[in-house]
Amino acid sequence: MSRLQQRFSALKQANRAALVTFVTGGDPDYATSLAILKGLPEAGADVIELGMPFTDPMADGPAIQLANIRALNNKQTLAKTLQMVREFREGNTDTPLVLMGYFNPIHHYGVDKFISEAKAAGVDGLIVVDLPPEHNDDLCAPAQAAGIDFIRLTTPTTDDKRLPTVLNGSSGFVYYVSVAGVTGAGAATLEHVEEAHARLRRHTDLPVCIGFGIRTPEHAAQIAKRAEGVVVGSALVDQIANAESPTQAIDGVLGLCQQLAEGVRNARL
Amino acid sequence: MNTSLRAGPDARGLFGSFGGQYVAETLMPLIHDLAAEYEKAKDDPAFIEELAYFQRDYVGRPSPLYFAERLTEQCGGAKIYFKREELNHTGAHKINNCIGQILLAKRMGKKRIIAETGAGMHGVATATVAARFGMECVVYMGTTDIDRQQANVFRMKLLGATVIPVTAGTGTLKDAMNEALRDWVTNVETTFYLIGTVAGPHPYPAMVRDFQAVIGKETRAQLHEKEGRLPDSLVACIGGGSNAMGLFHPFLDDQSVQIIGVEAAGYGIETGKHAASLNGGIPGVLHGNRTFLLQDDDGQIIDAHSISAGLDYPGIGPEHAWLHDIGRVQYTSITDHEALEAFHTCCRLEGIIPALESSHALAEAFKRAPTLPKDHLMVINLSGRGDKDMQTVMHHMQQTAEKH
Repeated sequence: MSRLQQRFSALKQANRAALVTFVTGGDPDYATSLAILKGLPEAGADVIELGMPFTDPMADGPAIQLANIRALNNKQTLAKTLQMVREFREGNTDTPLVLMGYFNPIHHYGVDKFISEAKAAGVDGLIVVDLPPEHNDDLCAPAQAAGIDFIRLTTPTTDDKRLPTVLNGSSGFVYYVSVAGVTGAGAATLEHVEEAHARLRRHTDLPVCIGFGIRTPEHAAQIAKRAEGVVVGSALVDQIANAESPTQAIDGVLGLCQQLAEGVRNARL
Repeated sequence: MNTSLRAGPDARGLFGSFGGQYVAETLMPLIHDLAAEYEKAKDDPAFIEELAYFQRDYVGRPSPLYFAERLTEQCGGAKIYFKREELNHTGAHKINNCIGQILLAKRMGKKRIIAETGAGMHGVATATVAARFGMECVVYMGTTDIDRQQANVFRMKLLGATVIPVTAGTGTLKDAMNEALRDWVTNVETTFYLIGTVAGPHPYPAMVRDFQAVIGKETRAQLHEKEGRLPDSLVACIGGGSNAMGLFHPFLDDQSVQIIGVEAAGYGIETGKHAASLNGGIPGVLHGNRTFLLQDDDGQIIDAHSISAGLDYPGIGPEHAWLHDIGRVQYTSITDHEALEAFHTCCRLEGIIPALESSHALAEAFKRAPTLPKDHLMVINLSGRGDKDMQTVMHHMQQTAEKH
């Protein structure tokens, strides 16, 4: 059983949703980012998404765009992001970690080399925003063959006709982007989220994690009543943007993570 | 098997290993709809007729094929013709594509048009057709480009468009395209993204090429009328590559026609400050397609540099990447300095002020023409006029004067 499967099945037993946290690797710098990453499980993150910085994050809003710029300005590279995962795994073997980003840095690194190094580092899954199922051969198929899950985004525009195409080859969990838009944009209504979750349920048995525009413990708790997971990114990344020192950045992210975790853990009580 | 070089792309939008549909899932259903609608429209007699009407009475087509007699004399070799795309309404080839796409947007019931622009020519052409068809128009433009193309910014505003400055990155075309994609993903139901070049996800590279291919089709007929035969060579500048693809495509299967695409070498390829994706880049994935890109050792995109805002892009249309790969088209490059010299030469000898983009093609042609026989027929795509570049050229002339 993969780490993602283990985690989601344990959470199902415990009757609660997963808190899925996103931060960008190397934001604002390698050491601070690694400290945040290492602190997340204890602060209540059940699944970690680690962003691989890219100069042209076309699907991201201002918060994550700036996170990418901060990381790249401090010389973060794909090789260093993989190194962060290795260092994280020295102290944690049970929290699933998913790398998220855009295809070009992986394409440039070499798909085979990337997959084998990611697997060895302890990466459990990949989310690559600009690789739709039409391009499964590029990365999805070889990654899954190597035992790395490939997590797909589904969106409000992914209709019933297209959903099977998107879900075919999905593994780990399904990420539902609750608003058509960039990361950090306005939130969807609860009604929309419930409807979308029910629709996805009809098509797949995979856990459904819902993200985009979720910023507060209260909001996270609402989503966590239904969904198998709640994804928070921009709000955490904003803690780094607003910090005046590395310590503040670490405390800010982990502090918010604790509050979010509390919201998620109490949602179904 | 179809061995024609004009048969691409395949059903997945690939030219060889280039092209494709590398976009976020939110956009995928829309891109499939667009591809299906375009397939229907391009064979629909009503669509073809409406397009022909606007090309003729609104754009002013056919554009003349002009014998550049004095330049031919000056070069002392090949017989040089200009395909006069700068005489089109709005002053460049861009409108050929905009008319096509806005008719498609109308068919699809879209009311809001977005576009990215570099030099502003595509922005102006988009604002123009949006005004004509009564649609809302939002144009994304980098702040660097806004500074160097103020006249075009004003023109877009006069035409009723909203110009949104993009500060990300270096504030040029690539950043404008990122921002347009973000708008599209957010307003996917209402909005038609009118891409200005033969790049982006399938079907854009093929669709924009088809709308621009009128350039090459006319050239073929016009040269046949004047000379009774095919050209020996074609020369066009390349940023994303739409004017070049429009001229080249109808000739790809005519092996006797030598085809030359001219990239912007900026300060020189060796300086790293250029926009020559084929001559100075490697394959990668950006803005929906796999193509040659300027990128660093980590696969991060490097900002392009060119004196001409329209060529200032770190990628190139995927069909060009493929034509480069198979060797059908030869891709060369011209520096800022060489382009400026050609600009002045064309102004003084032919009484035509070319765009700085087109001046790259002129500079390449001036290098080649003297070495070629007098019966060699060369067609240069004069893709745009230079009115928009007055500020940039004045600035450079002042700098040169100060140095001496």
